[in-house]
Amino acid sequence: MRYGMAVDTNKCVGCSDCVVACQTENNVPLGYARDWIVETVDGTYPNLFLELRSERCNHCDNTPCVRVCPTGASFIGDGGIIKVKPNKCIGCAACIESCPYDARYMHPNGYVDKCTFCDHRLAEGLDTACVSVCPTKCLYFGDVDDPNSEISILLANNKHKTLIPEAGTKPQLFYIV
Amino acid sequence: MKTNRREFIKISSIGAGGIILSSPLINLLGKPEEHKDEKRAKRYPTYCEVCFWKCAGWVYTNEEKGEEKIWKIIGNEDDLHSNGRFCPRGTGGVGMYYDEDRLKTPLIRVEKDGVQSFKEATWDEALDLIAKRLKEVAKEYTPECIAMFSHGSGGKFFSNVLKAMGSVSISAPSYAQCRGPREVAFIATYGKGIGSPEPTDIKNTKCLVLIGSHIGENMHNGQVQEMSDAIDDGASIITVDPRYSTAASKSKFWLPIKPATDIALLLAWMHVIINEELYDKEYVEKYTFGFEQLKAHVKSKTPEWAYTITKIKPDVIRKTAHEMASASPAVIIHPGRHVTWYGDDTQRLRAVAILNALLGSWGRRGGFYNPEGIKLKKMPRPDYPKPKRTWRDAHPDQYRLAGLALSSGMCDATIPSPDKDCSYKAWIINGTNLITTLPDQKNTIEALNNLEFVVVIDTMPVDITGYADVVLPECTYLERYDMLRTSKHREPSIALRMPAAKPKYNSKPAWWMAKELANKMGLGDYVPYEKVEEMLDWQLKEYGSSLKEMQKIGVKKIDRKYDDLYLLNGQEYEFKTNTGKIELYSTALEREGFDAMPNYTAHPEPPADFYRLNYGRAPMHTFTRTVNNPNLSDLMEENKLWVNPKVAKKYDLEKDQEIWLENQDGIVSSFAIKVRITQRIGMDSVYMVHGFGGTANKLKRAYGRGGADSELITNVMHDPIMGGTGMRGNFVKFIKNNPHV
Ligand code: SF4
Repeated sequence: MRYGMAVDTNKCVGCSDCVVACQTENNVPLGYARDWIVETVDGTYPNLFLELRSERCNHCDNTPCVRVCPTGASFIGDGGIIKVKPNKCIGCAACIESCPYDARYMHPNGYVDKCTFCDHRLAEGLDTACVSVCPTKCLYFGDVDDPNSEISILLANNKHKTLIPEAGTKPQLFYIV
Repeated sequence: MKTNRREFIKISSIGAGGIILSSPLINLLGKPEEHKDEKRAKRYPTYCEVCFWKCAGWVYTNEEKGEEKIWKIIGNEDDLHSNGRFCPRGTGGVGMYYDEDRLKTPLIRVEKDGVQSFKEATWDEALDLIAKRLKEVAKEYTPECIAMFSHGSGGKFFSNVLKAMGSVSISAPSYAQCRGPREVAFIATYGKGIGSPEPTDIKNTKCLVLIGSHIGENMHNGQVQEMSDAIDDGASIITVDPRYSTAASKSKFWLPIKPATDIALLLAWMHVIINEELYDKEYVEKYTFGFEQLKAHVKSKTPEWAYTITKIKPDVIRKTAHEMASASPAVIIHPGRHVTWYGDDTQRLRAVAILNALLGSWGRRGGFYNPEGIKLKKMPRPDYPKPKRTWRDAHPDQYRLAGLALSSGMCDATIPSPDKDCSYKAWIINGTNLITTLPDQKNTIEALNNLEFVVVIDTMPVDITGYADVVLPECTYLERYDMLRTSKHREPSIALRMPAAKPKYNSKPAWWMAKELANKMGLGDYVPYEKVEEMLDWQLKEYGSSLKEMQKIGVKKIDRKYDDLYLLNGQEYEFKTNTGKIELYSTALEREGFDAMPNYTAHPEPPADFYRLNYGRAPMHTFTRTVNNPNLSDLMEENKLWVNPKVAKKYDLEKDQEIWLENQDGIVSSFAIKVRITQRIGMDSVYMVHGFGGTANKLKRAYGRGGADSELITNVMHDPIMGGTGMRGNFVKFIKNNPHV
């Protein structure tokens, strides 16, 4: 069992619903975010290419953040979800530094916070907040180990990429292009 | 109060006595690793008020320290407007409730030592004053001299009181400033308007054509969802837009048209489709009127002719026409929503309607479906008095095809002139920031200055509240009941909005305010209930449901009773036009002395050093309604001016540089706007998201943030057919040094 997420950039309109849904679901304080939108534009008017992406922690297989954590607050949870135990976190920010995706932030209460793939919702059989709200249904979540899961079939049939593969982190967020 | 000049009062001048600010930041902070529990949460049905799409959903509350608090809002799975998924604005709707800048208590304009300011008032004081002043205006002039502008659900309760007084001058700016031309054009063609939500069968279409319509940036929820479904199913999208919109980036064909030339393109598409006999022959023969006239009309409108005007290459015009034709009838030339651009908008939308008819898409799967709604019975009440004058008399003999009241027409008629016998003397303004909604702010302010009495009902201290004599703080949609939602869709449905929390501060629901006002004016019989719940329950019981049931389910779907969703093959059908057919050649327009078929006319070009000012939407905002919302301003706190890199280079503009704008009439923007240098815009125009740059300084997050297109829209091109206000003929130049020092 390995959780992963796919983002279909052909459908994402960059509306930020995933961002605000995560903020309200997870009590992320305003001014901070566990997920965010990136827009890239290539070309010259009128020969253009635009990509919109919903980004978050890549829940990597090879995790610099967990490695650098001096207290074990950052850990690999069930299904490969990368989590932080706030009570163990001393706020040294080494993990924030080590993450190539800038996916972690310092919570004003003094610990590091990040995307949890809404594991509290998964436990109830619900989708993550972002997946459940996305108006374009461009977000897919599931078990990438199971070849018959929706996400595995989707990835098997569509061209996709990961972000900053050269960092060697083996990210588990896939972008369908 | 009769004032010679209505001074704009910044609401900050109120005494702030006893107002406790609760910071949403603190409210929303959670303890580490502690999640609110979905199972323990309570939920209340609502339909969203952040925009007019009115998605139905659930408001979740949770107990925090013994107090029930609003936690989150999510869509109702049974709702066809949202399919269980709210848009970012709807999800961020919690911020409407938590916004600490909300209007908190009634305010009354007072004058002391020649200085006007607002004083906090009790509800009785405020409503007594309104009742007294409205009665005086009605007596001194006539009740017809009272007008209302509304773009909020609460307006229905106030319009009841106004009609009971004897005035039907009730308008929504969403008509003459937005979708009016489209309604008139489709009524002229099909005998039926588009309405809201648009009955476009996008999820089943094979080809979606967007003309300046930026679905995905305008977040009209159901449409955005269906566009995504269509992409999944391999539909092709054709986008016509001088800006590389989000939709353009998802399109098989993006046509970066020269602004203001759309009608030429539409005529050329008709030419190709008729000339190459690609139209739906059976459909055209059976259902349409005036094909031969149309054929002759577009004979000379070749792609080569259109190329010189639109800058779209002839082969692209042909290819895209073929693309549409091969999808026919599962093709949608989308009518758009905000269509008041150049003053010939009804004719442009007529061209859209005609093109759809040639391709046989009206009433067809993948084209336009036939929506159905229900009509709820109304509780018995006395008949309204018959008004001697209506909003039509605001513009005698003009705009006779307008189907709804024109906000701009009523505003203009408020300014006294020799040719109008009764200008309006009092305005009631509900849930619309008229200052930024109506074009030509100077004109709006002059009208306000001529009024004897102005009431504003809103949740936020937006710009227009500064012009009021009395401001009434409405509680947000999360704290109130409203009328039941019964809008049309693929299936009829009823949706309930009920309070999920008690009204914060000293705010009140519109139904309560209107009822109290009616009582104070001796019109209590027109509001035949003590509490709005009684009325809702009565209406629901008439329909075989009840308030109790609706509180549990939120949305009730109802079986279709009348027509089918699509026209059946070969079905006889009488359209509600003069000829009973789809009028390619409009007898109604001809009768009124207008072109029976659309023609292209050239519009002015920006002078040297000026750029056409285009404006639009961002997915996280609905105009000024949301710019101060803590959650939504967190997603986008200001707008920026989109400038092409070559243009930026010419004027030495840098990324994020703050600049000011001056329009063709010498109007200079109040606040600086940051420059966004992007290839996504061409070299003849600039672009900004509408709703920012507000002057209401009590909106702490929004005040002076970004630029306001609305203050630069002073050239208004009126649609001669229905009075729409074309707003895209304004040109701006850059000012690099602060002009206000
Ligand atoms: S589209 Fe968004 S803002 Fe509009 S009603 Fe639906 S959820 Fe609310």
